[in-house]
Amino acid sequence: MSQTLPPIRRISGQAVVVPGDDIDTDRIIPARFLKCVTFDDLGPQLFRDERFDEDDQPKEHPLNEARADGATIMVSGDNFGCGSSREHAPQSIHKAGFEGIIAGSFAEIFFGNATTLGMACVTLQPADLRELQDLLTSNPALDVTIDVEALEVQAGDRIFQAELPSGARQSLLEGRWDPLTDLLAAADDTKALVEALGYHNGMRGRSA
Amino acid sequence: MNPPKSLFEKVWDAHSVRELPGGQTQLLIGTHLIHEVTSPQAFGMLRDRDLPVLMPERTFATVDHIVPTHSRVEPFEDEIADQMIRELRKNCDTHGIELFDITTGHQGIVHMVGPEQGITQPGSTIACGDSHTSTHGAFGAIGFGIGTSQVRDVLATQTLVMNKLKVRRIEVNGELRPGVYAKDVILHIIRTLGVKGGIGYAYEYAGDVFDRMNMEERMTVCNMSIEGGARCGYVNPDETTFEYLEGRPYVPKGAEWDAAVERWRSLASDPGCHYDDVVVIDAADIAPTVTWGINPGQAVFIDEAVPDPAEAENDAERASITEALEHMQFDPGHRMEGTPIDVAFFGSCTNARLSDFVEAASVLKGRKVAEGVEAIAVPGSQLVKAECERLGIDQVFKDAGFEWRDAGCSMCLAMNPDKLVGDQLCASSSNRNFKGRQGSATGRTVLMSPVMVMAAAVTGHVTDARRVFESKPEVVA
Ligand code: SF4
Repeated sequence: MSQTLPPIRRISGQAVVVPGDDIDTDRIIPARFLKCVTFDDLGPQLFRDERFDEDDQPKEHPLNEARADGATIMVSGDNFGCGSSREHAPQSIHKAGFEGIIAGSFAEIFFGNATTLGMACVTLQPADLRELQDLLTSNPALDVTIDVEALEVQAGDRIFQAELPSGARQSLLEGRWDPLTDLLAAADDTKALVEALGYHNGMRGRSA
Repeated sequence: MNPPKSLFEKVWDAHSVRELPGGQTQLLIGTHLIHEVTSPQAFGMLRDRDLPVLMPERTFATVDHIVPTHSRVEPFEDEIADQMIRELRKNCDTHGIELFDITTGHQGIVHMVGPEQGITQPGSTIACGDSHTSTHGAFGAIGFGIGTSQVRDVLATQTLVMNKLKVRRIEVNGELRPGVYAKDVILHIIRTLGVKGGIGYAYEYAGDVFDRMNMEERMTVCNMSIEGGARCGYVNPDETTFEYLEGRPYVPKGAEWDAAVERWRSLASDPGCHYDDVVVIDAADIAPTVTWGINPGQAVFIDEAVPDPAEAENDAERASITEALEHMQFDPGHRMEGTPIDVAFFGSCTNARLSDFVEAASVLKGRKVAEGVEAIAVPGSQLVKAECERLGIDQVFKDAGFEWRDAGCSMCLAMNPDKLVGDQLCASSSNRNFKGRQGSATGRTVLMSPVMVMAAAVTGHVTDARRVFESKPEVVA
C-alpha cells in the first residue's frame, strides 16, 4: 500500500514573528499536554502558557494577534525547538496550521521531527533574519514565501538567501519527507527477511 | 572463514532490509514493545493514512508510565490517564496485539515484561517508544528507544530508518568491592565517559564483572546506556542468559530450544573482531556512587566532595556545575554524605526487579524508615510484586514504614500521581535526575543503588550503606 506524498517546493502565506532565541519544546507545548491520545488537539495549545495566564485569560503574544489567524509561516530566533525529543512540539506547530519555520538555527531533533511532518525549516543569516523580523513588524500583512527549490525567503520585494541541509531539501522536493513512504515500498523484502528470523515467527506465548 | 564480527554487526546485518536512498539502513525490528503513553498517537497516524499494522504478532503491549500505583480502581482518578489506557486496550484489541494488562497478572514496566515473558531474546532487534529500551541489551539484543513517528513506522512496516552505530567495548575487570552494585558500575561508567560520550555508539559491556553478573544486574547496566549517550548497550549472551530464559512463555521449547541456544551462542562477538573504541576499567576502583547534580554523569563516590565551579576546566563545565549546584541547593565542595532526604523512592526499570528487592530487604529487615521521610517501594512488575509477597518481602518493607505499591513507572517520571512536592530531595533507585523529572520543577533527585536508598531511608540522609548495615539493627520490630 505505497503512498506518494506531494512535493513541497514553496510555501507562501502570512507570517508570525515569535521573537527570542532558545525557544524550547516546553514553551512550545507545556509538558502537561504530553498526556494526550492524539496529536490532533495540540494546535490550540501551542505556546499555551505564554499566550494565556492561569485563569485562561489571553496575554500579550504574537500568536494572539489578529494577523496570526491563518498564518502558515513562523519566524523565530536561534536554536529553535531545543529541549526534549518528544514530537509534540513540532506537531503542535503543524496542527496550528504552520507549514514552514524561518529561524537563525534549529535544534537537531526538532528539525528532524518537523521535516518528517513536511514542514520546511530554513535558516537565515543573522542580519537577514533581523531585517525580515523588522519588515514583518512594520508591515504585518506582508506575504512571505519560503522557496525550497531556490533556497530563498521572499518578503514583499526583498529576497534573502536561505539555508536548508541538502538531504532535507531533497526529501521535501521529491515528496519523500516522510520516511514511511520509502519504508512501505519494501514490504515484500521485509516479509522475506522476517521468514529467516529465528524468533516470534508466528508463535504466541500464551496460546503455545 | 568469515571475518570476525561483533554481536552488534551480526545483528545489524541480519536485520538490514536494504540501503535507503539517503544512505541510511532500513532495519527490520523483530520485536516491538508499546505502552500507553507513546503509542496512541502513532495508532492515530495509521488511521489517518488508512494503514494496517503489518505484523501484529511482533508487537507486545503493557501499561506502565501513567498507570496509578496506589489504587487500581477504574476508572482512574486522572481522566486523561484513564483515557490513554482505554485507548491502548482498544488499539490492541482492534489490531490483535498481545496486551499484558493489569488483569493478566503480567503487567509491569515494559522493560521488565519483555525479559520476564522471554519476549526479549538474544540476537533480536527491539524497539519501543521509550529511551530505556537499551535495557534489553542485557540479553545480547539490540534495543532502540524511538519517537512516536517511529512507533508508527514499526507498526506499519516493522522497520525503521537507522544510521549504523559504532561499537565501543567497555571492559570492567577484576572484582567489585563489597557493597558495590551494578548501579554503581554504570554510574561510574557514565561519570567516566560523560553523558554525551556514547553518542553514535553501541556499548558492548564485557570483562570479568559482566561475565559474573546475573541477568538482572546486566539489565541495570544496559538500562542506563542511554544516560551515557549510547543508543543501545549489550552484553554477549552466555550460559547465564540461556539459564534465565529457559522455560519462559515466549521462548522455543524442546528441540527448537536447543537450536535457538546454538544460534544465540554463535551471535556473541567473535574474538579478534573490530571495535571502534575500547575502554578498560578496574573493578576495584569503583565505590558506592551517588549523583549530586542534574544529569546522571554528575556523580561522586559517597566519600568524595562535589566539584567546585572555580576548579572547572572550561566555561561550559563551570556553567553546568553552577547550574546543577544551584538547582540542588548545594555549595561548592558539598559532601553528599549527610545530605538530608525527604523521600526515598525504590522503583523503576533500572532497579525494581526481584534480586533488587531481595538485596534491599536483607538490609532493611528489622529497621525503620527515619522520621519525616516518605518512603515508597514500587515493584517493577506484577510478577515481581507477587514473588516478593510470597517471600514475605512486602512485610519487611511495610514493617519498616515503606508504602507498598502496585507495579508501574511511578515516581521515576511522575506521570501518575506519585510526585515530589516543592524542592523535596529524593534518594532514588531510578535512572534520571533531570530538573523536574520527578514531578516538581524544583524537586531534587539523587540517584543511587537500592541498598543505598535503604540506607538513606533509615538514616534520613544520603550515606554510605556499607557503614549503616555493618551491624545488626538495634531495634527489632
Ligand atoms: S521506569 Fe522510568 S525510565 Fe523506566 S520506562 Fe518507566 S519512566 Fe521510563
